[in-house]
Amino acid sequence: MPEAQATLATPNSTEPHRDTIHQLDRVVIRFAGDSGDGMQLTGSRFTQESAAFGNDLSTLPNFPAEIRAPQGTLPGVSSFQVHFADHNVLTPGDAPGVLVAMNPAALKANLADLAAGATIIVDTHDFTSRALKRIGYEENPLEDGTLDAYSVHAFDLTGLTVEAVKDFGLTRKDAARAKNMFALGLLSWMYSRPVESTLTFLERRFASSPQIRDANIAALKTGWNFGETTEAFAVKFEVKPAPMAPGTYRNITGNTALAYGLIAGSTQSGLPLFLGSYPITPASDILHELSKHKQFGVTTFQAEDEIAGVGAALGASFGGALGVTTTSGPGIALKAETIGLAVMLELPMVVVNVQRGGPSTGLPTKTEQADLLQAMFGRNGESPLPIIAPQSPADCFDAAVEAARIAVTYRTPVMLLSDGMLANGSEPWRIPELADLPRIDPDFATSPNHVNADGGPEFWPYLRDEQTLARPWALPGTAGLEHRIGGLEKADGHGNISYDPANHDHMVRIRQAKVERVAESLPPLQVDDPHGDAKLLVLGWGSTYGPIGAAVREVRDQGYAVAQAHLRHLNPFPKDLGTLLKRYEKVLVPEMNLGQLSLLLRAKYLVDVAGYNQVRGLPLRASELADAILQLVEPAGSGQNLTKESIG
Amino acid sequence: MTSTRLPFPGLRDVPASEAPQSRKDYTSDQEVRWCPGCGDYAVLAAVQGFLPELGLKRENIVFISGIGCSSRFPYYLDTFGMHSIHGRAPAIATGLATSRPDLSVWVVTGDGDALSIGGNHLIHALRRNVNMTILLFNNRIYGLTKGQYSPTSESGKITKSSPKGSPDSPLNPVSLALGAEASFVARTIDSDRQHLTSVLSAATAHRGTSLVEIYQNCPIFNDGAFDAVKNPETKADAVIPLVHGEPIRFGPKGEDGLGIRGIVRDPLSGSLRVVDVADVGADRILVHDAHAADPTTAFALSRLTGSGHLTQAPIGIFRSVERQTYDDVAREQVRSASEGITDRSTALDNLLHSGDTWTVV
Repeated sequence: MPEAQATLATPNSTEPHRDTIHQLDRVVIRFAGDSGDGMQLTGSRFTQESAAFGNDLSTLPNFPAEIRAPQGTLPGVSSFQVHFADHNVLTPGDAPGVLVAMNPAALKANLADLAAGATIIVDTHDFTSRALKRIGYEENPLEDGTLDAYSVHAFDLTGLTVEAVKDFGLTRKDAARAKNMFALGLLSWMYSRPVESTLTFLERRFASSPQIRDANIAALKTGWNFGETTEAFAVKFEVKPAPMAPGTYRNITGNTALAYGLIAGSTQSGLPLFLGSYPITPASDILHELSKHKQFGVTTFQAEDEIAGVGAALGASFGGALGVTTTSGPGIALKAETIGLAVMLELPMVVVNVQRGGPSTGLPTKTEQADLLQAMFGRNGESPLPIIAPQSPADCFDAAVEAARIAVTYRTPVMLLSDGMLANGSEPWRIPELADLPRIDPDFATSPNHVNADGGPEFWPYLRDEQTLARPWALPGTAGLEHRIGGLEKADGHGNISYDPANHDHMVRIRQAKVERVAESLPPLQVDDPHGDAKLLVLGWGSTYGPIGAAVREVRDQGYAVAQAHLRHLNPFPKDLGTLLKRYEKVLVPEMNLGQLSLLLRAKYLVDVAGYNQVRGLPLRASELADAILQLVEPAGSGQNLTKESIG
Repeated sequence: MTSTRLPFPGLRDVPASEAPQSRKDYTSDQEVRWCPGCGDYAVLAAVQGFLPELGLKRENIVFISGIGCSSRFPYYLDTFGMHSIHGRAPAIATGLATSRPDLSVWVVTGDGDALSIGGNHLIHALRRNVNMTILLFNNRIYGLTKGQYSPTSESGKITKSSPKGSPDSPLNPVSLALGAEASFVARTIDSDRQHLTSVLSAATAHRGTSLVEIYQNCPIFNDGAFDAVKNPETKADAVIPLVHGEPIRFGPKGEDGLGIRGIVRDPLSGSLRVVDVADVGADRILVHDAHAADPTTAFALSRLTGSGHLTQAPIGIFRSVERQTYDDVAREQVRSASEGITDRSTALDNLLHSGDTWTVV
């Protein structure tokens, strides 16, 4: 069923009936509270329950950069949004139909985002006049009519939790901390979610502190029972499983998928994985994940700084490892010189940039895709490297394998541009068959490749493969292949230092040509143009895939033709991209930046693409994007009034 | 020294050459392009003479350098080599040494490269104690950029970038290394081939990061900076020789054949000072213990180096102690985690299917 026709999860309080189960096709819930309230955990458990139930889903965690901002303040609000449905889901949802607010700040910070008539479940415990004043509420919003347009369930959730766990001998503070499990229990009841996996999770997580374990389990069950027995919640809902392709699934975040993909790149190439990394939000989870999997021959080196991280990775690559460094935009800025060295040395390396809001420190925990031009041009000299981007959290796995393939095959650093939305967001992932992954051949040099003037064998480090233009990768330890490489320009072929003008011109061009050769190995672009009659192409890259897909779906539901294509490879572009762009009268390029892909497309293809650009630190809103698309596809004067809230 | 003394702990996993080697085996076909009279020539000659004595497989030796005059070093040796970027050689070498225990990894760097732009990487390499040898060519000047003051230049030094005298205070590389928990720290002189070679031998034998500061003359921009310790007429008074197990004595030879001056510890302050041996008696003179677990005395010895124009300096091995090495531990973690894993593809398949999964038929 198209998402545009979906109904919102608004309980209808005029029809109370204990046994009523309303069928919904999709629900968007946002859990919000103080950053210490455990909202990320609550959201991810609810997600896991929904995944296990068989819904398709997409999630969006949103948390402050501060670990614990002052309690009860707007900057301290942390939230987790989950969109689950009985059909294919593309985004975490524009506007939540349900808000769980654990304090006044969580209510205030999220109210404007809600769909019309949304359900609000709110913990009244902290609605004291002092707490309300602190965040700028003069009157209690629960009483002054502020929430009249919503369906509000207000009760002392903290108090109920403390009461429910009073027999476990916890301090009042510890008892109150179980309130997130009460909320999870209640929501699990409301949406008919199975809680078995959460019970197992709690037993494992708190195995060493039985009191806390039992209190959390009790809170979860009390929350469930509260829904079942309280008149306030007259109706429960159900969202049927979504039809999905046969296979084994798990829910996965982008950072985990990326870490797994790097391991797969290592096993597929037979190269030991060496990660050199310095902790940085939102990339650190890749370092954490890989640190757990040394059994695959993975070495993780937590460096003294970003530069040492990439330097060590490059040193490991010189020695025959799959060198990888992971970071975010500020780290890329620091690594730029070493990445340039890798371009010059022509050694394989995977550079992962989990993009966040910039410039400078910017918005560490928010998403953006404004590092594309940095990836393209952020080094001195003509310093080309392949750039690829995943389009969804699960797709980070395939993107990482592809990055390893290109890096090893073409002896080049490859930039992989993920972002905060992909990194922390999650979705169901159909676990791939390893046999379907590409084999990656390191094809090490094993013997001399040239004959010197005296007729003896010698090794030339810059003799190239005719097809890929890659140079030989000769590992230390290989007799007869001793050679020196470095950042100074090298002569074509023998690789000695050369300041010759013609040689430099040749080497600059051949490094560029080598990167362009990557396009020879790419499949044709997939274009989604169902009837082949669209005049408008919407072209994106990276995490905007979901919002673009949802917006295109909405526009088509209104009867308009629109084509969609999404770029995995940003450098080089696929060979058929130029032809594709010229096939459409108009091209719209939505991006979470001020038009970086647009600029590249205009420069390369002389096509006047239109940009749709937002840099709010959040994913594009599908409904707003649909409006923008409609303006380009509608005949003049036939504008329609759109309802925005139902797009996913 | 011959290859029969292998394996050194520092070269435990590096394969030895089956055939005898000569200096020629280590000489690349590249024309050496340092200025005439540069101290780098002497160091290159000493290394090219020393490597055949080590008797390792030539292809298992890697030299990594940064930027600066001395960093051209790898081009002149017929081993594997990488001339990298300014200050980053220790980081690059860390990745290589950690992933390849079968390599003898050397870093060639200078005072600007290692102590200014690359200071962070140097101290962290020393702290981690990654198995490699760092040759720090200290000429107390920026040569390649044509004569600016360096982080080891004396305060007040007149250079192109300090026409009224350098306002900076210099670093003492040995003190810095000891403060960074270095397990092997030595100082030697470019022109003293025999001493240089003996220090190289001890440095490669050591398992962990060995830092060797080499006083190296720049005849163009800082000529004579180390004359005090090189000039036959002054060096007896200027060089304080550090030999493990020997009393630290220098100066003209006395009746017992040893220097008439010595180092004693002041019982009140604990610091070291120079005395006439005759004044205190030979048995009061400090006996050098390079293997002392506590680096305090080694640090105090390093402070006997003048910070201004050089008039006196301890030369030799300040410290050589056994300590956990980063790369050995990192590799052991990988090895022990891999135990029992025969097929990585199956293991990967299991990893991908870990956690809560569900099946759609």
